[in-house]
Amino acid sequence: MSETSTAILERECLTARLDGGLLDVELHREPANEIGTKMLEDLEALVRVFSENDRVRAMVLRSRARRGFSAGADLRELHRQNVARKQSGASDGARLSEVRAFLDRIHRVMNAIDHTPFTTIAAVHGVVFGGGFELALACDLIVADKSARFCFPELRLGLIPGFGGIPRLRRDVGAAVTRDLILTGRSLGASRAHEIGLVSQLVGEGQSHAVARRVAEQSLRFDAKTTRSALGFLTPDLSAELEREKDLFCELFLSPVVDDALARFDEDEGAMPYLPAGSKTKEVEA
Amino acid sequence: MTVDDQVLDSLLALAAERFRRDRATLKGPDDLFDALDIDSVDAMALLTALEERFGVEIPDYEVQDVRTFDALAAVVRRRL
Repeated sequence: MSETSTAILERECLTARLDGGLLDVELHREPANEIGTKMLEDLEALVRVFSENDRVRAMVLRSRARRGFSAGADLRELHRQNVARKQSGASDGARLSEVRAFLDRIHRVMNAIDHTPFTTIAAVHGVVFGGGFELALACDLIVADKSARFCFPELRLGLIPGFGGIPRLRRDVGAAVTRDLILTGRSLGASRAHEIGLVSQLVGEGQSHAVARRVAEQSLRFDAKTTRSALGFLTPDLSAELEREKDLFCELFLSPVVDDALARFDEDEGAMPYLPAGSKTKEVEA
Repeated sequence: MTVDDQVLDSLLALAAERFRRDRATLKGPDDLFDALDIDSVDAMALLTALEERFGVEIPDYEVQDVRTFDALAAVVRRRL
């Protein structure tokens, strides 16, 4: 990080520094940048920063967490809130309204990142799962180190990805790969992700941030207006598909299958119980 | 050494190197989580390293119930 960089946003889950025109964002919610209420609030604050600051000309998103870029939605928070609402006598409609409100907010964040007038780069390692994968897909480019694994495990929970993942993955790599990852819930290693074009640059372990910054610095050499025009031309309008995805997620959410899956997830002490031998997951040192 | 033995040997060497264990202490029938003192996230890293080493793709559902090095080596062999 350059000595000239300035922290312009310091929140519980992320810190953003402005270095010249480069907004360097570090996610740091342990254990693996789960996206719950707090992370959502902090991502909304990030959107306000880059939307209201003309000096931002490129953005890199990375993670400080050892486990990886992000494990996705905070399923324990989701489950516990859902149970609390049920116990307080909230109707299905009321519970669904809250889920819908969360989805609307996270979609606004993802859409804002997807439609920035400047180049955005996700620098990823380790787990890039669910909502974390969706966050990376909202960026224009993904630079991955060899440890990165991409996965949409939602069907194991009786759900589909709900933060815009299906339309954006299909946009970026096509329907066949999207079906493969969604319908099997399998994870994809960084090398394979690079082969299919999901990852723009594959780098050695621990190198994704440095390389992503070089990519961002390259983008800073170009005329801002030209970059904006190119991005506008390159970024198709997915709004109808994204709305349909939210509708479908909400339809599925009230299923008892989801209740059971989330309860099992919450009962497991592991960080990511859907991984092989997940019950063995141990706590990570701070 | 047979091809089967070579796969297991390479797997054990890779696991020992990655998780800083004495290669000589690792055996095929060992529970890999206990022997390496790793969690599920570390196991994902091992999966990635195996894919790199052997040039294969290993879907996670293939290793969902795998506990031993022998069983993991068998999964790799099926993909070679």
